[in-house]
Amino acid sequence: MNRVALIWRKSLNVVMLTLTGVAAFGVVAVLFLILGYLVWNGGKSLNFDFFTKLPKPVGETGGGMANAILGSLKLLFLAALMGVPVGLMAGVYLAEFGGKTFSYIIRYTTDLLNGVPSIVIGIFAYSLAVLPFKHFSTMAGGVALGIMVIPITVRSTEEFLRAVPGSLREGAMALGASKWRTIATVVLPAAKGGIITGVLLALARVAGETAPLLFTAFSNRFWSPGWGQPIASLPVMIYTYAIAPYDDWHRQAWAAGLILLALVLVANIGTRVVLSRGGGGRSA
Amino acid sequence: MERHFEHDLEELKQRLLWMGSLAERAVHQSVQAVLDGEERLAEAVLGEEDAINEMQIEIDERVQRLLALQAPMATDLRFLLAVSRINGDLERIGDQAVNIAQSAMRILRHPQVKPYVDLPRMSELAEAMVRDSLNAVVRGDQDLAQSVLRRDDQVDRLRDQLFRELLTYMMEDSAVVFAAFELVLVAKNLERIGDHATNIAEDVIYFVAGRDVRHPALDRR
Amino acid sequence: METTAYGNNATAARRAPQIVMSEKPQTASEKEAQVRFEISDLNFYYGPKQAVFGLNLKIPKNRVTALIGPSGCGKSTFLRTLNRMNETIRNTRVVGEILLDGQDISQLDVVGLRRRVGMVFQRPNPFPKSIYENVAYGLRINGYQGRLDDLVEHSLRRAALWDEAKDSLHKSAFALSGGQQQRLCIARALAVDPEVLLLDEPCSALDPVTTAKIEELMFHLKDSCTMAIVTHNMQQAARASDFTAFMLDGRLIEHSETSKLFTTPTDPRTEAYITGRFG
Repeated sequence: MNRVALIWRKSLNVVMLTLTGVAAFGVVAVLFLILGYLVWNGGKSLNFDFFTKLPKPVGETGGGMANAILGSLKLLFLAALMGVPVGLMAGVYLAEFGGKTFSYIIRYTTDLLNGVPSIVIGIFAYSLAVLPFKHFSTMAGGVALGIMVIPITVRSTEEFLRAVPGSLREGAMALGASKWRTIATVVLPAAKGGIITGVLLALARVAGETAPLLFTAFSNRFWSPGWGQPIASLPVMIYTYAIAPYDDWHRQAWAAGLILLALVLVANIGTRVVLSRGGGGRSA
Repeated sequence: MERHFEHDLEELKQRLLWMGSLAERAVHQSVQAVLDGEERLAEAVLGEEDAINEMQIEIDERVQRLLALQAPMATDLRFLLAVSRINGDLERIGDQAVNIAQSAMRILRHPQVKPYVDLPRMSELAEAMVRDSLNAVVRGDQDLAQSVLRRDDQVDRLRDQLFRELLTYMMEDSAVVFAAFELVLVAKNLERIGDHATNIAEDVIYFVAGRDVRHPALDRR
Repeated sequence: METTAYGNNATAARRAPQIVMSEKPQTASEKEAQVRFEISDLNFYYGPKQAVFGLNLKIPKNRVTALIGPSGCGKSTFLRTLNRMNETIRNTRVVGEILLDGQDISQLDVVGLRRRVGMVFQRPNPFPKSIYENVAYGLRINGYQGRLDDLVEHSLRRAALWDEAKDSLHKSAFALSGGQQQRLCIARALAVDPEVLLLDEPCSALDPVTTAKIEELMFHLKDSCTMAIVTHNMQQAARASDFTAFMLDGRLIEHSETSKLFTTPTDPRTEAYITGRFG
């Protein structure tokens, strides 16, 4: 073989190895950069006030985001209430019942729904839950987020139910359990670890959605009693504060970002822990 | 939880021992019939023959069943094979006893040829061998079995002795030929019984120790 | 010594026989077995494919009936028709009659049928619950009112698992070994006091010692339970069953008492299979 060709091949190998290594490193680096930025900038602004005080009027420094934190929690609660039962039941249907064509259609549309841009869902929720009532509300925000929770819940429920071995179902049915009884008393409990993690991940994802909330829950400088008023939420506050000209607000935006990130991280790590302890339907 | 196979083996052993008891009694009664000239005893022995034969068939069926269904190994296997052989020997001991009883019936009405000294001695020896070989089966006693093996020569010698004596009597007095001839047959039967008891003892050594001691001459070659 | 025709003193001194055994051993007589399942002209289809052809069989009460035959001969398929577990698979069809104590099982409520006819599977399949909850499951779903504790203990005893499990009843079933898990599955099936127990190759995943335990268990269960066991292990069928049915390509070739089938089978195909000269 030609000596030149040999050198060329060897160098190409080294170059590609280096490039792919650098790219992989780059991925990790990006995440750590974001983390680093948030921790550095947001950490400075985290204080007791942040968690307990309401935002101060425009121009004044100080204050906190207590209402936004509570608001995000209320919105997540509503999203879970509306999205999880529907997603769970649909997941059960797909895994346990379902003929070939119908299931295929459902799965496909679920994936489509998952891919719909969140702002489009926001507009949909706007026309559904805001226009008829002529004002923004927590409920509308819950609706928007709930719609986003559904596809993730469906898919993860279905997956974890499928992971439960058929032998468990057979065992229950051979004892005289009807199909639904088997699902409720054996299959779902066996899969509950995985399903819970799926739900947690879905909620962690929608916690950071900003666009849909802009037309539905809008925002609120004060507390939002009940479910019919506009409500503040962390992502919207970040949006509002970050584009404002006040440094104090910038700091608070960083802090809010840090909180959101912490929420996502906790949810992710929590799911790993639950799954590794065998929450996903083991068999003998 | 005791295996029910153990239970089956125990039942088989019991039946074998029962058959042995019948055979032992048949030998004793048949010789007694000869010595006492008792027709009833002889008839009793002839009546018992069926019981012994039926038990042989039942034991063989049980052995076949256990071999087929349980696929036994090691001691269990040797035990079943030994039972099969012992079964055959016991049945032949029964046959020999019947032959003796038949001889007894035939010489009933004839006067006694000679004082019965050797005959009772020989029959005691043969019966003891049968009994000891059966006890060796019950207890799995190799040493007892060995002692049976040693007595075989004694029985053979007694038979030869009886033959010589009876021949002498027959040559001296032709009137006693019929009775003496039957006694020769009885002696032959008793010697055969001794052989069968020896076989049983050999089978005991086989199933207890796994050694085949049937033809020691082969080992010396 | 006096010579007489009737013997002399020497003979009187002969010992009486010391008979080894004085009493004839008795055989317990076995009652004639009644019929529990009567199967007439059974045909089974997976979609268009026929798996069982014209099967006629009587399964006797309080006995163990073994189903043997090469892989794919239809024995498991047939077993599952007896408690209608075949209905959990789509597109299957059963043609023919199966009578349980005279009643057509296709007309019975399937839940009730499965309570009367229990099943143990090839691989142990305990639920991811505690040992106690596993055994109690069948009782709970059948609405049993009463002292569960007693019944759970009774079932575990019948399955020869009580001694090993009594101190860890509330631990997970997965803490048990494979053989113990299978006995747990047996206890679970026995908890609802079935009249019949169907066993589909229950020992194929287990070691010989555990297998022997389970076979001994079956022997003691006979009095209260009719059993049908599918096994690809002929020695197991020979050891543990009273009746054996040999199947080949979806057809019943021969069915008789185990002792007879394994010593003098009537059909040459049975003989070929049993002696290992098959295929």
